[in-house]
Amino acid sequence: MYVAVKGGETAIENAHAWLAEERRGATDIDELSIAQIREQLGLAVNRVMAEGSLYDPDLAALAIKQSRGDLIEAIFLIRAYRTTLPRFGYSKPVKTDEMACDRRISATFKDAPGGQVLGPTFDYTHRLLDFKLAAEGEVPAAPTAQPRTEATPHITEFLKGEDIIQDEPASDTTPGDLTREPMEFPSNRPLRLQSLTRGDEGFVLGMAYSTQRGYARNHAFVGELRIGKVAVEMDIPELGFAIDIGEIELTECETVNQFKGSKTEPPQFTRGYGLVFGQSERKSIAMALVDRALRWEELGEDNLGAPAQDEEFVLSHADNIQATGFLEHIKLPHYVDFQSELELVRKLRREAEERMQPKEAAE
Amino acid sequence: MTDQTYNSKATRQDWMGLLARAPESALMPLWDKYEVRPNFEWLRSPEVGGVMVRGRTGGTGARFNIGEMTVTRCSLVLQDGTVGHGYVQGRSKSKAQAAALIDALMQTSAAGAVHDQVIAPLEGQIQSARTDRASKAAATKVEFFTMVRGEDT
Repeated sequence: MYVAVKGGETAIENAHAWLAEERRGATDIDELSIAQIREQLGLAVNRVMAEGSLYDPDLAALAIKQSRGDLIEAIFLIRAYRTTLPRFGYSKPVKTDEMACDRRISATFKDAPGGQVLGPTFDYTHRLLDFKLAAEGEVPAAPTAQPRTEATPHITEFLKGEDIIQDEPASDTTPGDLTREPMEFPSNRPLRLQSLTRGDEGFVLGMAYSTQRGYARNHAFVGELRIGKVAVEMDIPELGFAIDIGEIELTECETVNQFKGSKTEPPQFTRGYGLVFGQSERKSIAMALVDRALRWEELGEDNLGAPAQDEEFVLSHADNIQATGFLEHIKLPHYVDFQSELELVRKLRREAEERMQPKEAAE
Repeated sequence: MTDQTYNSKATRQDWMGLLARAPESALMPLWDKYEVRPNFEWLRSPEVGGVMVRGRTGGTGARFNIGEMTVTRCSLVLQDGTVGHGYVQGRSKSKAQAAALIDALMQTSAAGAVHDQVIAPLEGQIQSARTDRASKAAATKVEFFTMVRGEDT
């Protein structure tokens, strides 16, 4: 059987031309600039950087413009671009305890040193549409106060003395990198965290929510949530020492989880960890909850068969580019596959009919 | 190599870090004002690449990969043999070139002038932007107070 595989070039070209026109929208409306997207749609930019796994606000803004605001399409563009970049190296681990915090809150310690700093948050807004934003207007300057100059210590540091919270001992083992080797199971915590931080926000949120609703409940409190800038430092071989190669915004969430103890661990608080590019608070909290749920084995907890405890399930489905690639490919031409399916169903029906006929004849 | 204070590793680390972090829009006007442009040859012309950023589990534990960031790097040599390196955040080749030239000049007798006209004002701008955010953050710090209730004598 011959099936045409050529053709459609003109249709495709014309479709892309129309796409460009639709992307632009009505020409009597000003065109969006990359800078406007970067500055005014910052949280969309952050999501594209986190899930695109590349920190570059201008590129993320360009991707959002190109994708007409379809963030998964934008993430796809960033991932594709990322693969073209030569890898200069790996940074030293960022020092989140030296973060210049825009926001830093704790749900567990009211009087934590450094205080509860709300930052530019949506929390406590009334979630009523603000029609003032529909009109142009000046924004009044945000109030200021005496700035904190010293670093803000992590809250878990204060619990360490009592040995009542699980320690996170430093280790310089080289972590696996899933941009270099495909994920294999069983995995390990560093790989799980890499997968979760670039995972789809909606998926990670859903998984985290499932633990709160009772599927492997782990009683999480937000021990600390901080958002701000940290320097990124890397050893430069030609210099023989390390320098800052830039500064990035991160959201870090550390959960403190109730833990009654297990066969291997004494009763103490355990921890879940979220660290995400940009101001990405929901994602960071969700990541910490899922991280904690996936630690059941090392903590000697029971496997309750909950989806959020199943690392193969979680990590294999967290990546929205893999997911959308496989999902959306079924809309592309499958004429040959479908022809053979059609032939098969026709044949089965013919056979079924033939089996029926002699019976009917006999009756 | 006249001024010893500009020669230590720590200060070179400082100015290279500053040049890496500084927004292009802050660095370039200062560099344009400095005007002096020494002749140089490329050892490595500017190239854009990625660096994988790492964190630690729980902030202190095992290392893991968060994601990449864009970085542009280049190396050049002045006529007197001084080598300058540029490693800057983002994808701007002109910023990387400026950083490498400044790095080279900071190792020559021009160090004082470059420091005063580029490095110091840039440091000032970055510091003031940082203080500005820290001041706004400080204004959102919650001041708890306790409501006294019950029998009060």
